[in-house]
Amino acid sequence: MFCDRCGEPASAGDHTACAAARELEPPRFCPECRRRMKVQVVPTGWTAACVEHGLRES
Amino acid sequence: MPQILDRARARVLDGGAGLDQAEILEILRLPDEDLPQLLQLAHDVRMKWCGPEVEVEGIVSLKTGGCPEDCHFCSQSGLFASPVRSVWLDIPSLVEAARQTAATGATEFCIVAAVRGPDRRLMDQMREGVKAIKEAVDIQVAASLGMLSQEQVDDLVEMGVHRYNHNLETCRSYFPNVVTTHSWEERWTTLTMVRESGMEVCCGGILGLGETIEQRAEFAAQLAALDPHEVPLNFLNPRPGTPLGDRPVVEGKDALRAIAAFRLAMPKTILRYAGGREITLGDLGTREGLLGGINAVIVGNYLTTLGRPATADLDLLQDLKMPVKSLSATF
Repeated sequence: MFCDRCGEPASAGDHTACAAARELEPPRFCPECRRRMKVQVVPTGWTAACVEHGLRES
Repeated sequence: MPQILDRARARVLDGGAGLDQAEILEILRLPDEDLPQLLQLAHDVRMKWCGPEVEVEGIVSLKTGGCPEDCHFCSQSGLFASPVRSVWLDIPSLVEAARQTAATGATEFCIVAAVRGPDRRLMDQMREGVKAIKEAVDIQVAASLGMLSQEQVDDLVEMGVHRYNHNLETCRSYFPNVVTTHSWEERWTTLTMVRESGMEVCCGGILGLGETIEQRAEFAAQLAALDPHEVPLNFLNPRPGTPLGDRPVVEGKDALRAIAAFRLAMPKTILRYAGGREITLGDLGTREGLLGGINAVIVGNYLTTLGRPATADLDLLQDLKMPVKSLSATF
């Protein structure tokens, strides 16, 4: 598994800052394969699409 | 009371004229202990010359990422190692975003694209999108598509876009430190064409790009000279992978001083909270800014980052007894 903000392995390093930042950011990396996702932010939410693992949304 | 505040009271509050660059600098240099008086004066100016209403707006990115320009603060530049990928919003989703924005009571919906300037594909998408929104949603449509040709200005007017955003971002003297792929003067040229077209001019920028206090005053004076209908005020939210990704955020009291200073430079403009306020000011600071010169907000999410829920801002406005500006009041 990978950090969905920085794309680094979730088990390596400290992702506390990433988790805090994610409160005001959508995910950018697929947590399953670390591919950069196509992210669309709209006024009330977001969607994030990984070509391999499909769509995530707020 | 500091002399500059006495002068500002006479000139700006009583007379409705803005402070000049040297005076704005004096405001920005006021010590923390004078901040409450400064904010109160800026609030009095806003109430006298703009009234208690707050203009609420939502924004959405029609075309995200892959921009050829190198604005050093922007995660959407294709020239930096930013994690933001290029994506287009389809028309049904655009209309739905406008509908959700209108449901908050907002009167403004701004369609934004990360481009140097629009190409034919983007202008076609705008034409279709603006038409679809106007048929389905009762809201005013604004646009922000970068630098325009005269033909594109005319096309946007014909589409019914009533306000055009094009930020100068920072003062003229600091701009080359922030953007190298185009000039401050090129942006000014677009703004001049927009003004002459009859569209309302929306022009602001970002504080915290590394500019000095003197340059912050220069920027406020240059905006005042432009005399825009609206000034969106952003605070840098450092984005990973951008050249300014490691810059510190603006200190809260400096942000509040800047809000008041911009109000005293432009007593009659719509001064809007835009991006970065959540991390620079937090909830308490957001409230103080609304009581220190701000009279408009972007609610909900931004282009690539998230904001507070719209309900949080609307509850705050209700608590402050500041009515949301209605659509009928914008005509």
